[in-house]
Amino acid sequence: MPVLRNIDLVVRRGESVGLVGESGSGKSTLALAAMGYLKRGLQLMDGSVTFRGDDMFAQTRQQLERIRGGHLALIPQNSGQSLTPTSRIGMQLVEALKLHRKLPETAHLPKVIELLGQVRLPDPETIVSRYPHELSGGQQQRVAIAMALAGEPEALLLDEPTTGLDVTTQAHILELLRDIAAERDMAMVYVSHDLGAIARVCDRVVVMYAGEVVLQGSTRQVLTAPMHPYARGLLASIPKLSDPRLPVALDGRPPPPGGAGLGCAFVDRCAIAQERCGCERPALSPLPSGDVVRCHFPEQASQISIMGSGADPVRRAPGGDVALSLRDLSISYSRPSLLDQILRRPEAGVATVDDISVQITKGETLGLVGESGSGKSTILKSIAGLLPPVGGSVTVAGGQPLPFAVENRGPDHLRRIQLIFQNPDDSLNPRHTIAQILEQPLRLYFGLTGAALHARSAEILDRVRLGAHYLDRLPSQLSGGEKQRVAIARAFAAEPDLVLCDEVTSALDVSVQAAVLDLLNELKQSQGTTYIFVSHDLAVVRALSDRVAVLYQGRLCEIGLAKDVYALPSHPYTEVLLGAVLEPDPDTAPTLTADDVVELSPPETGCPFQRRCPRSLGPVCASDIPPWQTSPEGHAIRCHIPLSELAPAQSLS
Amino acid sequence: MMRVYALSSKLSGKEEGEISNRDNRMNANFMLSGPTSTYWLGADHLGRDVLSRTLLGGREALLVTAIATPIAVMWGGFIGILLGLVGGRIDEVLMRIVDAFLSLPWILKMLVLIVTFGTGMLVLIPTLAFFYGIPVIRIARAATHDVVARDFISAAKARGHGRMTIIRRELVPNVLDTLMVEGAMRWSWMLLAFSSLSFLGFGVSPPTPDWGLMIADARGFMSFAPWGVLGPVIALSSLIIGINLTADALAKALGIDRAQKAPV
Repeated sequence: MPVLRNIDLVVRRGESVGLVGESGSGKSTLALAAMGYLKRGLQLMDGSVTFRGDDMFAQTRQQLERIRGGHLALIPQNSGQSLTPTSRIGMQLVEALKLHRKLPETAHLPKVIELLGQVRLPDPETIVSRYPHELSGGQQQRVAIAMALAGEPEALLLDEPTTGLDVTTQAHILELLRDIAAERDMAMVYVSHDLGAIARVCDRVVVMYAGEVVLQGSTRQVLTAPMHPYARGLLASIPKLSDPRLPVALDGRPPPPGGAGLGCAFVDRCAIAQERCGCERPALSPLPSGDVVRCHFPEQASQISIMGSGADPVRRAPGGDVALSLRDLSISYSRPSLLDQILRRPEAGVATVDDISVQITKGETLGLVGESGSGKSTILKSIAGLLPPVGGSVTVAGGQPLPFAVENRGPDHLRRIQLIFQNPDDSLNPRHTIAQILEQPLRLYFGLTGAALHARSAEILDRVRLGAHYLDRLPSQLSGGEKQRVAIARAFAAEPDLVLCDEVTSALDVSVQAAVLDLLNELKQSQGTTYIFVSHDLAVVRALSDRVAVLYQGRLCEIGLAKDVYALPSHPYTEVLLGAVLEPDPDTAPTLTADDVVELSPPETGCPFQRRCPRSLGPVCASDIPPWQTSPEGHAIRCHIPLSELAPAQSLS
Repeated sequence: MMRVYALSSKLSGKEEGEISNRDNRMNANFMLSGPTSTYWLGADHLGRDVLSRTLLGGREALLVTAIATPIAVMWGGFIGILLGLVGGRIDEVLMRIVDAFLSLPWILKMLVLIVTFGTGMLVLIPTLAFFYGIPVIRIARAATHDVVARDFISAAKARGHGRMTIIRRELVPNVLDTLMVEGAMRWSWMLLAFSSLSFLGFGVSPPTPDWGLMIADARGFMSFAPWGVLGPVIALSSLIIGINLTADALAKALGIDRAQKAPV
């Protein structure tokens, strides 16, 4: 069964090519094949890979070892994990140097320091003697890039190198890659599902679908006016900061390898499919613009919208009954160590999450954004009773404050608050069928049994647009998007008032993400549910939320209506976050105002953002907790800089 | 495959009936004879047929270990899950005791019990079940920790299910996979232990045919009559390899990463 078919791709020196597609489209397989490597179970059927005039699949093992890592380097996803945890950064880089470069022993250390400087790591002399775990994810990624550069490669293969990093870190790494590629005149192949990242680094984009190239052209052309229905659907499914509407879901899923029929592989999901598409496979054909496209009707394709659906999510006006109120919530993860217990030392350190006071009205969606470690998920866990806070109160619908621990809450309170997790692979028991999964809340909260139970499960499954035939399946037989639908169905089976969504779309493909967002919006409309929607993706939060709260180091920085938070003036941290967002648009560039350092704990006094703030006022930020400044519309910013000064300063930069 | 062959030939009553009259029959003319048309695998130092004795030699070992393995997995698994859930100081203390226990050579521990209580099935089964249950504690505890950290447990907690329901419905089915694989592994180890005990003279008493015993008997003549050792050695090792391969296949089918489990 062919996994990749008929791929012709030429990458020249100094050129940067992006490979995009959904998971399973074969983009990573293609990148690895470019190194002459095939995963177990795959074999080369036809064609060749040529690097510097040599056929990669005809090389001996020794020759390949010399080429890989030397002339042709790979930077994988999570490359921080590919660093050896027990050896110092300097040692690991020296090893890479020894392997691919003939340098005198004394030249190693200076060269390593030079490399670390080139990837813009602060203070390379000390980084040399650090261990990988002492560095942040972004710094580890930089070390991995330095290691790849050690062999002075002519070509770099990057497989999702920034996935899993925070937005600010990602933006910094991409800028670094752009500069390095330009300085060294390297060829780059950049594999990513993130069109925003591609827009920033690549000159040319190759869109892959079901193991085939469906569109190839300049980045500008592909991102602004693609001529293939799939590329257009993909663009429309990306939530964009510039477009507050819900993204359009691209329904269906790609055919499995070898599963495409005679016709076009995309025919089942295509909006403009005609009879001819089902029986005749389109060939890659050139367009007047210079792009090549695999479609019978590229002209019609350009009529498909690449913007949001226009289906504006239900936005709630502020006011109304309070659904949930958090008051001075403070949560601490630190547990006194054994030594501290023995010595009876007082508990040291600052609370992980502190001073959170928010009120959410019925039917409202509150978006919670922040980088990793900002305490977003921690707050959700506390509301759900999984992580008892150390202070403050959680109150539902104006009643008595809820007991902190889930064991002490009454069944009605438990039912009213439901939690949806990030990764459905982890939140659905792999040993239970979908029916068993859905029956649990139904039995527990409503005491349903027998036929009524079955009927209700089927009904709930139908509400998340899955048929009753899914009931007998196991989670492992479902796709990622379907699994997340089941998790959503399970939460809604309880008929909750408040649903806590913890990064519910971040483990999913963009096209699937759009469908899940759509579903959440629809359920909100029909059930009147209140959401707290946590995500690191500002555009996703924007698409669904009425109000948005920005968190840094477990403290609120800013809260207000979505349109206000995403507009000026904003808290300097929000400004940094918004500036780092990458849009799938070749004409926007991120503005990087703060360093991408990761802080491990909040400062003991003053503003939580003081150490990274580009607009710091100095001592006052370090000593005093900034005051809330609230606009008449209820947009609140916690900063020492007066709003009247913040707005003009930010509009200038 | 090998395991199927070993089991069927050893346990099927038909073959037993056919050959049982030959397994202890001695023929002085054929003492230490090589493979012949009558004695396919040769004869031992008392002129007994090696093939017949090899085919029957696993009966005791399989019976004892087949009873002891489930007992070991059950009690070890139960304690392990319990410790994984309880955690804290009790867990710490008990796990250190387990570690101390595991650091002693197994044969020493077992001999102490056997010397005290004598040999025989009624001693061997509980002894093997006890000692081989101890490493299962570790595995079960580690597996419990893995599962407890997963979100579906948090989801069940947040829904407000009772503790016992969560353990029974969410936790145990997921730990059970690991335990099944572990059980298969323990079984092969136990077979080896049983044969070793027989070899040392603490397992089955002669003249009952038993692999360990046969190897011990034939050892002295190995230089000029290797067939006496060969039969039981091939039978025992193929059975153990077979069980191991089955355990691996089981682990693969259940999606368990064996590499991450503690090598005990």
